[in-house]
Amino acid sequence: MADEPKTAEPGRARLSPRKRQRISRGVQYAVLTIAFVALVVYADWGSLAQNFAQPDVAGQMLPELFTIALKNTVIYSVGGFAFAFVFGLIVALMRLSTVGPYRWLATLYIEIFRGLPALLVFLMIVFLPLALPGFEVPGGTYGQAILGLGLVGTAYQAEIFRAGLQAVPKGQTEAARSLGMSAARAQITVVIPQAIRIVIPPTTNQFVALLKDSSLVLFLGVSGEFVELTKFGNDMASTHANATPILVAGLTYLIVTIPLGYLAGRLEKRKGTAR
Amino acid sequence: MTEAIEIEDLHKHFGQNEVLRGIDLTVGTGQVVCVIGPSGSGKSTLLRCVNLLEQPTKGTVRVRGVEVTDPDVDIDEVRRTIGMVFQQFNLFPHMTALQNVMIAQQRVLKRGRKEAEVVARENLEKVGVGAKCDAFPAQLSGGQQQRVAIARALAMNPDLMLFDEPTSALDPELVGDVLAVMRKLAEEGMTMLVVTHEMGFARQVADRVVFMDGGVVVEDGPPAQVIGDPQHERTRAFLHRVLHPEG
Repeated sequence: MADEPKTAEPGRARLSPRKRQRISRGVQYAVLTIAFVALVVYADWGSLAQNFAQPDVAGQMLPELFTIALKNTVIYSVGGFAFAFVFGLIVALMRLSTVGPYRWLATLYIEIFRGLPALLVFLMIVFLPLALPGFEVPGGTYGQAILGLGLVGTAYQAEIFRAGLQAVPKGQTEAARSLGMSAARAQITVVIPQAIRIVIPPTTNQFVALLKDSSLVLFLGVSGEFVELTKFGNDMASTHANATPILVAGLTYLIVTIPLGYLAGRLEKRKGTAR
Repeated sequence: MTEAIEIEDLHKHFGQNEVLRGIDLTVGTGQVVCVIGPSGSGKSTLLRCVNLLEQPTKGTVRVRGVEVTDPDVDIDEVRRTIGMVFQQFNLFPHMTALQNVMIAQQRVLKRGRKEAEVVARENLEKVGVGAKCDAFPAQLSGGQQQRVAIARALAMNPDLMLFDEPTSALDPELVGDVLAVMRKLAEEGMTMLVVTHEMGFARQVADRVVFMDGGVVVEDGPPAQVIGDPQHERTRAFLHRVLHPEG
């Protein structure tokens, strides 16, 4: 009969969904507890602390951790980001151009640089002077790092801008054109400012990704005053034969990236209400 | 005297779809012409061909004697003299009402900031939203937004105004404010081409009413004739549906 609950069938009492859920949750807690206990019992805490958390080793990283390493990470990242922002907008406009060849070039660029590992791009930059004798990237190490990060960042930023530009309603352009603005004027005055607002959250995420990629500057063979966080941590770890500097460098990244992540989230939410 | 708008044998195709199939229409300077007709009849497309937001497939459009369909004509220069009001307002959401009305004056007419602001405030005052200068479009009601859009067009000192169903996106209680502004403009002698479903407005304000159906002009004459005593069966059927929606 329809009214009778199925579990009431004599002899074949099945678990109700709620009971099953309770058991499942119990199992999950049990697994977690066992893993935790095993970690506490079997991990060699003394050795871990010895290798990853030595206060005196960490102390020796100051003040260069901030005055050189973090400073350079910020310079490489912000420089590369500025490069990517400007050229990303240009490539996005080319991608949406009515002139075919511009569209093809932009698509080609995006496909290539989105498809290549950033590390490989850095290695190519290292070998650039071999391919073009006498050529040097202006700005030395800073220039090379910013070029590498910028080339890759441009491809991603271009796609972000393309989505943003396409999200601005067509009526906006029509209104601007009907007021006598040229196509270029309408883009600059009306469409691009709105597109930039739309792309702020994904652009913040893109900046975080770029900040992390700045660790690849390591492969440019930098030293001395040009080291950034990862290279600095790695060098110090070698010097002291101890992993503490790597942990410290990692924490320093998080000091920057976690607030940025929150900021992106906040901006994303605000986009929903304002505008 | 040159007419404000002269349209001859205008055709517009979207792919296989023939939206306009040979339109002839003249709007005299100072005239108010209302275009009515069922949706899909090509009214909006006709309007958008006047300032070339749509490129006609065939035919000529002259605005105050200038053939806008001639590829050698600087369309941006002609558009400056033609105000356009859209169904969806299309205000710039990242600017205040005041900035919306100032921006084209500054960028297109190269007016100075002060002059542009004076003109903007005058026009916002005129359409009854003078108190809302610093509000962003999202903070305004539909009726207020549409009046700001009218002010934005008027600030360019246009010779003629195009209205593309200006009240169709509005809540019923807000329609009156916008129509009142349009009526005032008509009384001041503005040349207006209005696509609308507001029969009352067409009957009272228009010098001529044009009924379109299937991409052609079916009937063209004074409102008393086209709305009051339609000659064609299609016009009668349309008006009956509009005026007596419940049968």
